[in-house]
Amino acid sequence: MRWLRYGPDAALVECESLAEMSAVRAAVVAAGLPDLVEVVPGARTVLIAARPGSTGLAEARRFVESADLDGGNGGEPREITIDVRYDGEDLDLVARTAGITAAEVVELHTGATYTVAFTGFAPGFGYLTGLPEPLRQSRLDTPRTRVPAGSVAIAGEFTGVYPRSSPGGWRLLGHTDAVLFDSRAERPALLAPGDRVRFRRIG
Amino acid sequence: MSRALEVVATGPLALVQDLGRPGHAHLGVPPSGALDVPALRLANRLVGNPEGAAGIESLLGGLTVTARASCTVAVTGPPVAVAVDGRPAGSHVPVHLAAGQALSIGRPDTGLRCYLAVSGGIDAEPELGSRSRDVLSEIGPPPLEPGAVLPLGAPAGIPDGADTVTAPPNPPELVVPVVLGPRDDWFGDAAHQLSVPWTVTSESNRVGLRVDGPALRRTDAREGEELPSEGVITGAIQVPPNGLPVVFLADHPTTGGYPVIAVVVPRALPALAQARPGTTIRFRPYA
Repeated sequence: MRWLRYGPDAALVECESLAEMSAVRAAVVAAGLPDLVEVVPGARTVLIAARPGSTGLAEARRFVESADLDGGNGGEPREITIDVRYDGEDLDLVARTAGITAAEVVELHTGATYTVAFTGFAPGFGYLTGLPEPLRQSRLDTPRTRVPAGSVAIAGEFTGVYPRSSPGGWRLLGHTDAVLFDSRAERPALLAPGDRVRFRRIG
Repeated sequence: MSRALEVVATGPLALVQDLGRPGHAHLGVPPSGALDVPALRLANRLVGNPEGAAGIESLLGGLTVTARASCTVAVTGPPVAVAVDGRPAGSHVPVHLAAGQALSIGRPDTGLRCYLAVSGGIDAEPELGSRSRDVLSEIGPPPLEPGAVLPLGAPAGIPDGADTVTAPPNPPELVVPVVLGPRDDWFGDAAHQLSVPWTVTSESNRVGLRVDGPALRRTDAREGEELPSEGVITGAIQVPPNGLPVVFLADHPTTGGYPVIAVVVPRALPALAQARPGTTIRFRPYA
């Protein structure tokens, strides 16, 4: 793990793997350090930003370096099930690319348990890891200018759900009526880093 | 009659802003908030508000509001003509409006963003603890439109009677202190490459300040390499494949996939928020 300077008040912790990143993120969050403003997980990194002039960054570093990163994350992850209609425009393309049937794509996608590794792109958009190998496919060559809200999609090692309509290049498997982000709700984002997620086929 | 402001004209863009909603980046929510934070804080002090009360960020002036109740207002940011019912009233001073009077902000000669504070603050419904409009995520009160009625909170304090608050200068050339990293090693001699004059482009907005100049060159080893998505903060200078840097401002995405060569120190951000297209910028790395 490497600590990279990120401006005067923040550091980027570069990890060997997504798993190590998740452990570092969980350790920092569990420490509950009051002077940290943001803890932002990425695919291989954790960005830690502290209140200017505080000792939060140094405390976070001491905490991470003494933490058992191979152990549990401290605390049970939340379990979330998302109901999906597998009628996505790219379902057949995904099946062809994987050399299996569309029904097998659905079976693989619903059979796995995913973990929210990090968010980004838009409020409530979680990058979920745990995608079965045959479904790890590249983004579309030409991104769509508009992907409907609730679209369930895959790209690379991730699956995710578009919280609102936006441009996007992920391959669309289906859609859900679940509300991914509501800024006025007590928990604004349905999916937060560390959460466990399963997809359930409906209809 | 309830305390409120009615919007008559908005100019190019007028947004409700406070000090933003930091702390939600892990959910994909940008910090947002006033781009020129000292200007909003000053405007609030001048009208007796807590510094974090919500005001209006007016891009290039042209904003006119009518008071529906007696209130105190102040306009800060670059020096700008302010008028009450057409009579000059001055910026950077508290101004009283009687019910029915109209306040107009002219077009500033320098800078970009003026701040209007009103005694009691704009009482829009907070989202995630803030009344700021976030143009990237479209969270917070929508951009102001003529006819909109903005409720005001109860006045909390006594307006500051200071009569000699000077507007900050907006020089045509800015020297911007930056801290190199975290990905400066992707670029050959990052400090030198950054130190040339850059020109602010009209593609800039609250998401990012875009500059034009000699494209930043990666080292041969990093040419064409992809960077897995990682967290970004306000002030981060991200370099897309075209080599032209983007300085992320308050409505920046919370993660990005291009290398960040350096980070602008926070105290230099207000001047960038006021930098007009055509302004020359030099990034000066320090140890």
